[in-house]
Amino acid sequence: MTEINGGPVLEAVGLRKEFGDLIAVDDVSLRVQPARSVAIVGESGSGKTTIARMIVGLERPTGGTISACGHDRSRPARSLRDRRRRGHEVQIVFQDPYTSLDPRQTGEAAIDEVLRLHHGWPDQRRRERTAELIDLVGLDERQSRSLPRMLSGGQRQRVAIARALAAEPRILILDESVAALDVSIQAQVLNLLADIRDETGVSYVLISHDLAVVRQLTDEVVVLHRGRVVERGPTSQVLDDPQDDYTRRLRASVPRPGWKPVHAVPARPQQEAGSQ
Amino acid sequence: MNEPAAVSATAAAAPAGVAAPLLEIDGLNVRLIVRGALRPVLREVSLTIRPGEALGLVGESGSGKSMTARAIDRLLPRGAEVEGSIRYDGHDVAALSGTGLRRYRNQVAMIFQDPRAHVNPVRRIGDFMTEALRTNLGVPAAEANRRALEMLGQVGIGGGARRLRQHPHELSGGMLQRVTIAAALLTEPRLLLADEPTTALDVTTQAEVMAILDDLRREFGLAMLFITHDLELAAAICDRTAVMYAGQIVEVRSSALLHDDPLHPYTAALAAARPDISRTTARLLAITGRPLSAFEAPSAECAFAPRCGHARDACRAALPELVELDGGLSRCVRVREIRGRLGTPDD
Amino acid sequence: MSTGVPVAVLETERPWMLTSVQSTGLAGIASAAVIAAAALVAVFGPLLAPYNPDLPNLSLAWIGPGGGHLLGFDVQGRDVLSRLLVGARTSMLGPFVVVIVSVVTGVGFAVVAAWRRGAVDAVISSGLDILFAFPGILLAVLATAIFGAGLPAAAIALSIAYMPYIARVLRGAALRERSQPYVAALEVQGASATSICLRHLVPNILPLIVAQATILFGYAMVDLAAISFLGLGVQPPKPDWGVMISENQTGIVQGYPLPALAAGLCIVAVVIAFNVLGERLFERAQAGRG
Repeated sequence: MTEINGGPVLEAVGLRKEFGDLIAVDDVSLRVQPARSVAIVGESGSGKTTIARMIVGLERPTGGTISACGHDRSRPARSLRDRRRRGHEVQIVFQDPYTSLDPRQTGEAAIDEVLRLHHGWPDQRRRERTAELIDLVGLDERQSRSLPRMLSGGQRQRVAIARALAAEPRILILDESVAALDVSIQAQVLNLLADIRDETGVSYVLISHDLAVVRQLTDEVVVLHRGRVVERGPTSQVLDDPQDDYTRRLRASVPRPGWKPVHAVPARPQQEAGSQ
Repeated sequence: MNEPAAVSATAAAAPAGVAAPLLEIDGLNVRLIVRGALRPVLREVSLTIRPGEALGLVGESGSGKSMTARAIDRLLPRGAEVEGSIRYDGHDVAALSGTGLRRYRNQVAMIFQDPRAHVNPVRRIGDFMTEALRTNLGVPAAEANRRALEMLGQVGIGGGARRLRQHPHELSGGMLQRVTIAAALLTEPRLLLADEPTTALDVTTQAEVMAILDDLRREFGLAMLFITHDLELAAAICDRTAVMYAGQIVEVRSSALLHDDPLHPYTAALAAARPDISRTTARLLAITGRPLSAFEAPSAECAFAPRCGHARDACRAALPELVELDGGLSRCVRVREIRGRLGTPDD
Repeated sequence: MSTGVPVAVLETERPWMLTSVQSTGLAGIASAAVIAAAALVAVFGPLLAPYNPDLPNLSLAWIGPGGGHLLGFDVQGRDVLSRLLVGARTSMLGPFVVVIVSVVTGVGFAVVAAWRRGAVDAVISSGLDILFAFPGILLAVLATAIFGAGLPAAAIALSIAYMPYIARVLRGAALRERSQPYVAALEVQGASATSICLRHLVPNILPLIVAQATILFGYAMVDLAAISFLGLGVQPPKPDWGVMISENQTGIVQGYPLPALAAGLCIVAVVIAFNVLGERLFERAQAGRG
């Protein structure tokens, strides 16, 4: 694991992203302390996915700064070595298990490829580490040697998690990583993620629209609406006693035993195409 | 201990003295060609929906819930083998053709998960909404447009005639789904088949659309089959909820009682596996293994037994029948024994 | 929501090529057989030819089949069958070279355009569009003027003409793959662009590449035969099928159609085989994407 000398493992200050006229992310700041997990909550158009992409370097911020493990990453990596070092700091698991793995590669091969990228280990050592990672995510050897199309959604996500962990990141971004899974599988994967965190000390940045999942896995939450932060704080506090109107509306919309849908506002005609 | 005799699901679900069922599915078995061989996807599915009643159908992947809706709407893929009967208003749906089939499709309206996949992107909203009225029911264009506008108002979409001239891509997902609901209601159906209509929507939009669906359904007195993977969502607007696993119905229960007094371990496990928004727990009660499809599940024992904390030898001896209990139905042979503690595993 | 749970592995994994052709049905298998036969003849033609294909003997000109000469004699009294068998070599080699060169360069441009996107893609696409405007025959004439008549010039010309077509078709598929999350995951891992493109992107569009290459072979064959027929490609007296049609065309009106027709039929048979197999492979490649 990369050495940290106190201070947050991830810090973003004043993040901004514009796509032409559209301001997708407007002055968003967040901080993740070592071994803590933060959730970024919002619906479509909130900018949460854009923020995740900016943190891992798939999008370039229009303004603001991001640093991980003490190294600035506000600008794209200059060299391949730089990109690899960044991969060692922050990794990501995507939402769709059906497209986040190369369909022609077995789980074992995918993990091995990552190990090769980050370490100059001999074959034997790589094989051992691969087996460890496969075991860590609760898969067996046969599954790791299968092609993705032979695996279920939950199994594929486990492979994706193992592949991300192969880089030994300090921060793992979970971009709606359990949203596409069946309820019973989602529970298994959430438990798995909690186990992994206990064992490796990794910090999660959970991007999600699902408040119940957020409660289960994170310590702090940042609520986004149309690119801006509307509320932040300890997860249990924000969810039990939301201060902002939007957060309240979000919480009131989550189905739970005894829940009944009510019109948030009196049924009023929607005028603009952009809103829902 | 005497086991209650297996009762026909249809008789059990309809108390005496109530209106005849609008939709009656009896012993539906469907086989499809999967990977070169004919395999079961629905096994002995029996359901009843009375006029004006909303029934939720809940299940995970492979449970057969979508397939059931498709069977009702006669949208099964080619090569499907169907046994058992589906009766709408007393008529055998499989025997319908021509005008009879068109009338059936007017009376049974379907709403899909992804509206964009089921709406022609090059046609205008107005065209799409009024098509059934104009072609099947012979309503003149001006009148059809008027009704369409009125219905759009009912689902909370304003904008007048301009709205009718828009194309689907100009509307957000939530708005487009409201449009499809409005379009479905225009032909004055008596039964709505809603196949995961809110799964692809944001949670606040989902709440809005659910409220609209609930209000309008009651206002027009429609029956509804609401398909979802979310137990609480189904319970929110449906009078009764049916739970499916591996192509079979494993429980039917009044929604109010479903959460606190379920009649099948799978239902209890499903509810317990879901994280709670009001409490933080160290770990969730996850079910081991993964949900099976009908063609993967063993045919001569309880399909859920391998994952069930209450499984006993009796569960593996034979395929359990659907039995009546307290106004609900259960496919668990041990239900009477373990009632009240289905959520907690035995040992 | 995940739509279906896959059944446990029921089939053993067989080599990709074999399953591809096998799944194309009877027409596909028949086409593959024809192609295989043509390829064999291309390689072993000179050994299989019963008579010398190059020795002219005007006293035997146009004599029909008989006495060990299954297809008779051509305009210069040479054995038609032998010329066909030996001619297969250049008739197949030409298109083969064209396909290899155009596909490799086309894939290269497509992948670079898809990977870099933005301005690089715009420039490459415009360049391809310009090249697209030049028909193969025109380029062949140009090449002949520069390099002199013969197969090499014609092959180069055709490769340049075909490259933008392949690049266009593959650019779409490459763009689709490039925007898949698994590519993003590799970028985040720090894998190099080259390694991602060569080890992940190209292999995933390979079925499409092979399908297109197969179809292209048929087109190249027809185009090269036409170019040779016009006298710009393979030069007589070499036994190339296109050349044979040209040499023996007078025989058609004089009542001796067999030599020209035989050569023509060989071309047609092989081209149809490539087209049919290619179309089937294409369908399968598309289906695999879905």
